[in-house]
Amino acid sequence: MLTKKTIQKIDKELKKFPDDQKQSAIIAALQIIQTENGFLTNDLIAMAADYLDMPKIAAMEVATFYNMFELKPAGKYKISICTNISCALRDADDIVCHLKKKLKIDFNEVTKDKKFSLKESECMGACGGAPLMTVNNQKMYEYLTPQKVDQILEELDS
Amino acid sequence: MEKGRQNKAFEKKETFPICLRTSHLDDSASLKTYLDIGGYQQIQRILREKISPEKLIEEIKISGLRGRGGAGFPTGIKWSFIQNDSPGTKYIVCNSDEGEPGTFKDREIIKNNPHQIIEGMTIAAYIMGAQVGYNYIHGEIWEEYESFENALAEAKKANFLGKSICGFNFDFELFAFHGYGAYICGEETALIESIEGKKGQPRFKPPFPATYGIYGRPTNVNNTETYASIPWIIQNGGESFANIGVENSGGTKIFSVSGHVENPGNYEIPLGMPFNELLELAGGVWKGRTLKAVIPGGPSTPVLPASEIMKTTLDYDGLKNAGSSVGAGSLIVMDDTTCMVSTLKRLSYFFYEESCGQCTPCREGTGWVYRVIKRIVEGKGKPEDMELLQDVSQKISGRTICALGDAAAVPVLSFIKYFKSEFEYFIKNGKSMVAKTHD
Repeated sequence: MLTKKTIQKIDKELKKFPDDQKQSAIIAALQIIQTENGFLTNDLIAMAADYLDMPKIAAMEVATFYNMFELKPAGKYKISICTNISCALRDADDIVCHLKKKLKIDFNEVTKDKKFSLKESECMGACGGAPLMTVNNQKMYEYLTPQKVDQILEELDS
Repeated sequence: MEKGRQNKAFEKKETFPICLRTSHLDDSASLKTYLDIGGYQQIQRILREKISPEKLIEEIKISGLRGRGGAGFPTGIKWSFIQNDSPGTKYIVCNSDEGEPGTFKDREIIKNNPHQIIEGMTIAAYIMGAQVGYNYIHGEIWEEYESFENALAEAKKANFLGKSICGFNFDFELFAFHGYGAYICGEETALIESIEGKKGQPRFKPPFPATYGIYGRPTNVNNTETYASIPWIIQNGGESFANIGVENSGGTKIFSVSGHVENPGNYEIPLGMPFNELLELAGGVWKGRTLKAVIPGGPSTPVLPASEIMKTTLDYDGLKNAGSSVGAGSLIVMDDTTCMVSTLKRLSYFFYEESCGQCTPCREGTGWVYRVIKRIVEGKGKPEDMELLQDVSQKISGRTICALGDAAAVPVLSFIKYFKSEFEYFIKNGKSMVAKTHD
């Protein structure tokens, strides 16, 4: 079941579209559900589809097409780090190595305590602050150094 | 973006900040700040004086404004494609799905000057007779999405959006829409599919969005910077805007400078500025190193070696004559420690990862290109690989529904064109010619 809070948020998004075009809210609906649940299950995707009167397979297509959706359990804090050209030129690889070593996980893995997961990302559109990463798709951290990463991890962990 | 680290161009008197004109102010994104610099006066003047859409389009044509998202199509001409008085709903869409690697200008406009986008879109809606608009914002810049929602709420409360705008007989509703991680949605028809709640797979054109866009209705899609330029053009006249730039390249353009410079950031400069002056504004090549190459407009535009870019001016004709393009103004600077082979590997992975999978040449070809470059970087390259890379790339180009296929071929062909010896060395010796590899 979608919670009352989730439905309220989806309803707010639905106001942006014509009454007969509810499907337009699917990306927003899945984002809202993922933010509350941490990742998307087939059941949750189906519930979103039902709520928006659209075929389940069409909602599944959206969930699998857009790469900020998680279809497997992620850590409490999902770290997405950009490794595209502008970040690579500013040594994003050093940050990736540091994160992997520190968290003892590779890309697409979750730490044993389920606190952190790590994902490689394409360009986030903030290359002036390279290297950079986001946490849980919402908070962006720029001008990263290994020291700054340590500090961020510590703050999240506390 | 942290203040003071960028907009050096702004501090220089010879530059004319238009889209980033509030970046240096406190509380830059607020409605109050925008009103203080004369914001929302143009839409009110248009409504009060009932200025005809034709007259406004004429002014935009004179300005020489061209689409700032990469295609560079003249905005005034584009806006005359939609019949103002045709019946039914029409849509205005702002493309802020900024995913071309090295581009981060729209993010700064949204962050620091959102009301100028709103006013520009409202003027566009008036010109094209549209009732509803969406600003499609890149999913990864979530904080900017939320701040744009705040700006919309402010504008609605002050009656700059909604019913009877400022008491005049004109309605326009504008909403924020976020993507969720798909480069292809920066392609306008993929973006439209995405707004309809589908996978972002481009549509075959024609029909163009001007006749068949969101929900099959006439839709105009432009880049954020394009809309944000409009209020200034209406206020100061098309000629003033054109005079800032050079022939065929009117006005200012934001160049997002990233990579190996001392001060990466956004620099809004008059079109036509020599590249070396912009490099200087960005603090020069970092660590006192030597310039090796520059991608002037994002990876969809051909790379240029230092010798070429240093004699080039930054405008549509200047970069075209040099064999590249303004693109989205995403200027990626590479110093002499950069391994072009492994840099190309990362770019090829990007196009492979982001291909929507719809057209076979792109879906299969981008993977093929990536695997060949990968084996070169792993020291397993074969002498015939360079020819193979060029052959596959040429066979993707021009054989796909959208421009992603063409874009994927661009770095392969241009990197090999200018840095052939580096590729040959890597294949022959199984290692990079330069000291440090960015792999």
